[in-house]
Amino acid sequence: MTAATTTAEARKPGPLDTLADTARKNGWTIGLLVFLGVLLAFTRFIQPTYGPSGIQNLAIQALPLALAAAAQAVVVIAGGIDLSIGSMMALTSVVAAANMEDQSPEYAVFVVIAVLVLGLVLGAINGTLIVATRIPDIVVTLAMGFVWAGAALLVLPTPGGGAPDWLKDLVLGSLGTEWLPKALVLLAIVVAIVWLPIQRSKIGLWLYANGSSPLAAFRSGVPVNRAKIIGYMVGGLFAALAGLSLTASTGIGTPVPGPTYTLLSVAAIVLGGVSLAGGRGGLFGPIVAVFILSLLRTDLSFLRINTNLSTVAQGIILVAVVMVGTLVQLRRERR
Amino acid sequence: MSGATATAPAPARGEARVSAAGIRALLRDRPAIPLAILLGILIVMSEIVRPGTVDANWASVIIRTAVPLAILAGAQTLTMLTGGIDLSVGAVASMSGFVVATLVGDMGFMSAILVAIAAAALAGLMTGIGVGIFRVHPLIMTLAMSLVVLGLANVWQLQNVQTGSGVPPELRTLGAGFTFGIIPNSFVVFIPIALLILFGLRRTGYGRMLYAIGDNPVAARLSGAKSWQILLLLYIISAVMAGIAGFLLSGATNTASVTLANSLLLPSVAAAVIGGTSILGGRGGYGGTILGALILTVVTALLNSLGFKEADRLILFGAIIVLVAAAYTRVTSES
Repeated sequence: MTAATTTAEARKPGPLDTLADTARKNGWTIGLLVFLGVLLAFTRFIQPTYGPSGIQNLAIQALPLALAAAAQAVVVIAGGIDLSIGSMMALTSVVAAANMEDQSPEYAVFVVIAVLVLGLVLGAINGTLIVATRIPDIVVTLAMGFVWAGAALLVLPTPGGGAPDWLKDLVLGSLGTEWLPKALVLLAIVVAIVWLPIQRSKIGLWLYANGSSPLAAFRSGVPVNRAKIIGYMVGGLFAALAGLSLTASTGIGTPVPGPTYTLLSVAAIVLGGVSLAGGRGGLFGPIVAVFILSLLRTDLSFLRINTNLSTVAQGIILVAVVMVGTLVQLRRERR
Repeated sequence: MSGATATAPAPARGEARVSAAGIRALLRDRPAIPLAILLGILIVMSEIVRPGTVDANWASVIIRTAVPLAILAGAQTLTMLTGGIDLSVGAVASMSGFVVATLVGDMGFMSAILVAIAAAALAGLMTGIGVGIFRVHPLIMTLAMSLVVLGLANVWQLQNVQTGSGVPPELRTLGAGFTFGIIPNSFVVFIPIALLILFGLRRTGYGRMLYAIGDNPVAARLSGAKSWQILLLLYIISAVMAGIAGFLLSGATNTASVTLANSLLLPSVAAAVIGGTSILGGRGGYGGTILGALILTVVTALLNSLGFKEADRLILFGAIIVLVAAAYTRVTSES
């Protein structure tokens, strides 16, 4: 991940340090991937019939949360936090569903583009308010979460609306081999198209710089305010994509997906190796973490463990992983 | 210590001229006064909108509605003073209300309440260990704890299917009843809690430690503050307060549900923010928070009586929070 090189540049260590840094950063992601692999094998072991359809369900289930986690990751990397992601998903999802119902497929393409622009605008409003008023991010996005949730209820008071077949086709089913769910391919493509160009460009550097130290970034000539607003806009775009994926996979728009997505997105990015202090981590880790969380839920139900206890397990795993991470960090600092 | 509004001296009497700077100083040093004026305006508006609404009965109903929110917001205020946040108050409060409602029949009212408070304290102890000793970010720790508590409460619910409708009469009396026909019983419970917090924050060493940790954790540590002990106790206090708010709310709304208080989580943060407590820590107090909770309750009642729908209420709610927070940030950052 270039995340490592970006933060490493800020600290100016020797080449050996950089190498160790890179290995450690990727170490976390590699560890997550290995864990996901083990978990998949374990799933197959406890439920021998787990196969392509299971993988497909997993991908469809994980898609909205994965995109929400991507949204949260970008914002947190840029030094903010967005507690309005769940509400933005609700708003974009209902706007899409309400406008695409009983419309021609061509018109729906136009709606999808408009919804993505809406996501950018919502993020820009969040970011601009934070920069202009200097209120802490958490307060602004919390308050704006109310506003977006209210707006979603204005658009569609009850679940409804519709989605064209082509949109549903994008996420349902598989591509080529039945082992490759379309939802997974879509996720990979979307994240690659949106994030990679940003991450590789000067703007990506701005985001990481602003996240790791706004003051240092400002003194190095980074337009910190613009960087923050851009971070929120990219977050808004991912939230809109998450909302669209909700509409696509369910075929309707639901005005209240609840704060669960917001809170789980925070959990996923922390598990995925993004530091809440900003400036560290990438998007791949959080997305893998989302798949792990979803698969754990499936596994616990296969094991006939009460689904409520699996909520408990999620909480405990979250804390345990973060504790291990903190302890590792503390040990390193002491050395 | 630019913070610690609670202990700051009053502005000099000689400079009591009404000027922009004077108002600013007033808002900064005594946020309770402008908040009380805002509350007064809202009450007058309620009377103008529907003449005859504002009377003793109206006031007691408003207070009864505001008490659970004010207690939850108190828990939030204490954690925010240290620079943390407690996202588990909603889950802990719901759990406590539900536990009391289901246990009263078997073991009597007082024992049921003691069990609920003990359960809440246990959750708080866990959170405190995570935040204080393992230094897990409060956002993550309390979020995870809310997942754990919600899951366990759900399991408990499945084993006590006979919830029926409504809650036991004792709980109903405590949460919804009136002493002398006019003073809400929950207010009688609230007064000692409020006095304890107000006094504790201003006059005790522990209260000052909370401000110190939030204002500058490093300075607090170097001055000999054992922050882990302080945080451990803080999260226990916070959870116990949430537990008390939970069964009051359960009685007031005559419902026992494991998600009852979840809708109060974000308003509890909002009430503390409106009351002038900084989410960054070190600044604020409980007096403002109580007024914040009252303001939110009166606004909700006012919007209800004007016939606003849920959607418009949410939007206005969010807008009010941003406006008030912006006003605070403006006056506190220019000092």
